[in-house]
Amino acid sequence: MKISKSQVPYLLLFPGFAFLFTFFVLPIINLAQTSTQTPISGGDTGQYTQTFAFSNYIHAFTDNKDQFLRSFVYATLATILALAISYPLAYAIAFKSGKFKNILLVLVVAPFFTSFLLRTVAWKQILGEEGFVVPTLRSLHIIGQQTTLTSTAFAVVTGMTYNFLPFMTLPLYASLERIDPRTIEASGDLYANGLTTFRRVTLPLSMPGVVAGTLLTFIPAAGDYVNASILGSPSTKMIGNVIESRYFKIVDYPTAAALSFTLMVAILILVTLYIRKAGTEELV
Amino acid sequence: MSNDAISARGDLRLTRLTKTYGDFNAVDDLTLTIPKGSFFALLGPSGCGKTTTLRMVAGLEEPTVGSIHLGDTDITTTRPYQRPINTVFQNYALFPHLSIFENIAFGLRRRGVKDVKEQVDKVLNLVELPHLASRKPTQLSGGQQQRIALARAIVNRPALLLLDEPLGALDLKLRRQMQIELKWIQREVGLTFVHVTHDQEEAMTMADTIAVMNEGRIEQMGSPADLYDNPETAFVANFLGQSNLIKGKIEGNDGDNLVVDLFGQKISMPKNRSHAVDNSLYAGIRPEKFRISLTGTPTRGNTLTGGHIEDVSYIGVSTQYVVSMPWGQELMVFEQNDDGVAPFDKGDEVVISWEPNFTFGLHGDEDIEAGTEVNPEEPVNE
Amino acid sequence: MTRVVQDAPIPTIPFNARISRWFGRNVLRIYMIFGFTYLFIPVAYTFVFSFNDAGKSNLIWQSFTFRNWQNPCGAPEVCNALGNSIKIGFLATTFATILGTMIAFAIGRYQFKGRSSSNLLIFLPMATPEIVLGASLLSLFLLFKINPGFWPTVIAHVMFCISFVVVTVKARIASLDPKLEQAAMDLYANEFETFRRVTLPLVAPGIAGAALLAFSLSFDDFIITNFNSGTLITFPKFVYVSAARGIPAQANVIGSSMFFLALTIVVVGQLVKERKAR
Repeated sequence: MKISKSQVPYLLLFPGFAFLFTFFVLPIINLAQTSTQTPISGGDTGQYTQTFAFSNYIHAFTDNKDQFLRSFVYATLATILALAISYPLAYAIAFKSGKFKNILLVLVVAPFFTSFLLRTVAWKQILGEEGFVVPTLRSLHIIGQQTTLTSTAFAVVTGMTYNFLPFMTLPLYASLERIDPRTIEASGDLYANGLTTFRRVTLPLSMPGVVAGTLLTFIPAAGDYVNASILGSPSTKMIGNVIESRYFKIVDYPTAAALSFTLMVAILILVTLYIRKAGTEELV
Repeated sequence: MSNDAISARGDLRLTRLTKTYGDFNAVDDLTLTIPKGSFFALLGPSGCGKTTTLRMVAGLEEPTVGSIHLGDTDITTTRPYQRPINTVFQNYALFPHLSIFENIAFGLRRRGVKDVKEQVDKVLNLVELPHLASRKPTQLSGGQQQRIALARAIVNRPALLLLDEPLGALDLKLRRQMQIELKWIQREVGLTFVHVTHDQEEAMTMADTIAVMNEGRIEQMGSPADLYDNPETAFVANFLGQSNLIKGKIEGNDGDNLVVDLFGQKISMPKNRSHAVDNSLYAGIRPEKFRISLTGTPTRGNTLTGGHIEDVSYIGVSTQYVVSMPWGQELMVFEQNDDGVAPFDKGDEVVISWEPNFTFGLHGDEDIEAGTEVNPEEPVNE
Repeated sequence: MTRVVQDAPIPTIPFNARISRWFGRNVLRIYMIFGFTYLFIPVAYTFVFSFNDAGKSNLIWQSFTFRNWQNPCGAPEVCNALGNSIKIGFLATTFATILGTMIAFAIGRYQFKGRSSSNLLIFLPMATPEIVLGASLLSLFLLFKINPGFWPTVIAHVMFCISFVVVTVKARIASLDPKLEQAAMDLYANEFETFRRVTLPLVAPGIAGAALLAFSLSFDDFIITNFNSGTLITFPKFVYVSAARGIPAQANVIGSSMFFLALTIVVVGQLVKERKAR
């Protein structure tokens, strides 16, 4: 049988898309479907039936609005911190590292070759009583003698900032590297000082990287629960912790599904709004 | 200091300027004055230090030692944005995220100028592109981008305009057209232009004064005609056009002329055109200054006999001959096709002759290959 | 114009101007030192604690020993978990790379109806938090009475790796000059030969990069794995479960080895690339 040329792309797409449809699209639809189920009266734990109980969403949200809020606040803080740390780093690698550019780029990613979990545990040690941070800060009287850093929001945000850093640095580097350094020189030549050059030329030209980096950091951070479990305490629980425990400890699938679906939709809405806003700013 | 720098005016003076990278001297003890209002070209092959010099004047590089003055103001360590100097960058460096209007307005806005729109419109008219104000740089052709880059610089009325290979990215025809326009605009706005290029024809078309640079130093400086007709070094003789350099020996004087022996044949040349330091010299003659005649016909001026035609190329306005001489050297001769005489054929026995006043003399120790190996059309990334 | 007067004294740059210029030039380099220190502190901790003679709980420094490195399987659960992670990583990488590369070629090389919605389907899994991906897939498995375990985990990993493979390979395809393929056809190569002799070798580095990325994503994944692996223990899961009561130092040995191994692969890859470019 002769394959016509116009069929080639569809044949190439078919296996992958069939896979994604079965194991990504269907599950999401199923998730939506599960989210409105209620327990079978008299049934075992874990047995549910479809009753289109949209009230699940109301309960799920009102019971956990603190954790929702916390997830978005922590993720936003981690994203801003990661941006603040990464931007000068990516800028330095793109413009000031000469022939060491590739080596430095490898070094930025290298720490993330050790396991995500081990890194997080390492932060627990670093910020713990036996680490070097707490004694140093105490002897400098920056924190009180009784203050600890582990099991705090500070520790959770620190861990998240660190763990998602390459998702910020790499897109920033990619867009900064594409800037012709002569345009930055031209700005200085045209009477703009360093700060003005950054505001009027460098930052606008690197906006694609800023948008991509903040999204790639914010999305996993908002859904994360590993940092909160290892570095936090019950008072720093994020929405991810709630979903996890609803599934595994309480076996409350409908609430877990409703929470998951809410999280996904909330993120999609935020992302869309953000891209639109950033997109228009870029044109100004 | 920095506050006065922006309003500095006058001649540009570079004093003993050196820029060192590691143990490589990109610019080597350069002293130079560029008078206000002139069109000055720094000409040289890639890597000769001309772009480094320009970048130090712009403030984009800091000299290792030496000073830069604009009028009476020392601007050696002044930041680029505090200098009344603007640059037309190689490949233009237009801001891709800003419209053409905003690109041109950029410098005006930074300096807090009031009538931005008026001035931008005026300069857009000067470069004849007022209809492109709202476009983005990527929507423009190379020639249009070049003009916008120029407009973006001259709208600021700088004391000094620097042009870094401004026409390098354009095709030949557009380049010739822009050369004439640039010259016209320079006269129109009356600014000092400093132009860096590796293209000798471009430098000669536009500049009043050319400094030929090689290995971080100035080889020779003067008007285009001076440099071409009376080069002082083999590098200049070869880099600006082509030259025939024939090894010789000064035999004596004859009034204002020198008598020179070239492989047993005597010629004469004006004393003041010799840059030899002792008896040994190279006699230089441009290929178009030679005349060819068949052996046996009468000749005027200096004469070298015993040649025969090795190769003939007919190129329209002229015919180029390669003439092989008895001492083994091959000489280049360009003959205008203006006399209706049938061109010579390969193998013809010929005599070449020229006016003694066209001869120039170089130091006998010169490397006569200097300036020939560099390919001026090479991409320039210094 | 004056000719060179070389007897003039050489003007020097004032000292304070030099200092401020030096600082201006180097402030970013200084920042870079701080930045890299910050990045490497946790790695250094992991590495140092791999030499800790701490027995079961490796949270507090006891004394120095090589024993953990001599016998990485001294804590048997660690090696078992590592083995599972490697198996899952290889399988997931293979499938995700094949499927993803095919999609990348379709999107990167052809114009067809539905191209933009194809891009959306690739983008969505990356824009969905892992916990949603993991939880929704688990719900599906439960619906069809499939028990979580080895194969469900492989499927889950293939699912979230595909998008990253597509994006990486597509970028490489987009950077190819189409004239190269035209030149191959001009030189008598048919479509298949052109693909095999020109396109594929040129895209290969992109595919290799995508495979490495997929493997590291799969190997390092915890959240999605936690939902779909049931009682199966992978390396990240092992660390998570034992984090509360202390992780055996052998886990640090494995983590450090992974770091050095990956660093070696990337550095060698870079060197090969640079050598080829010469």
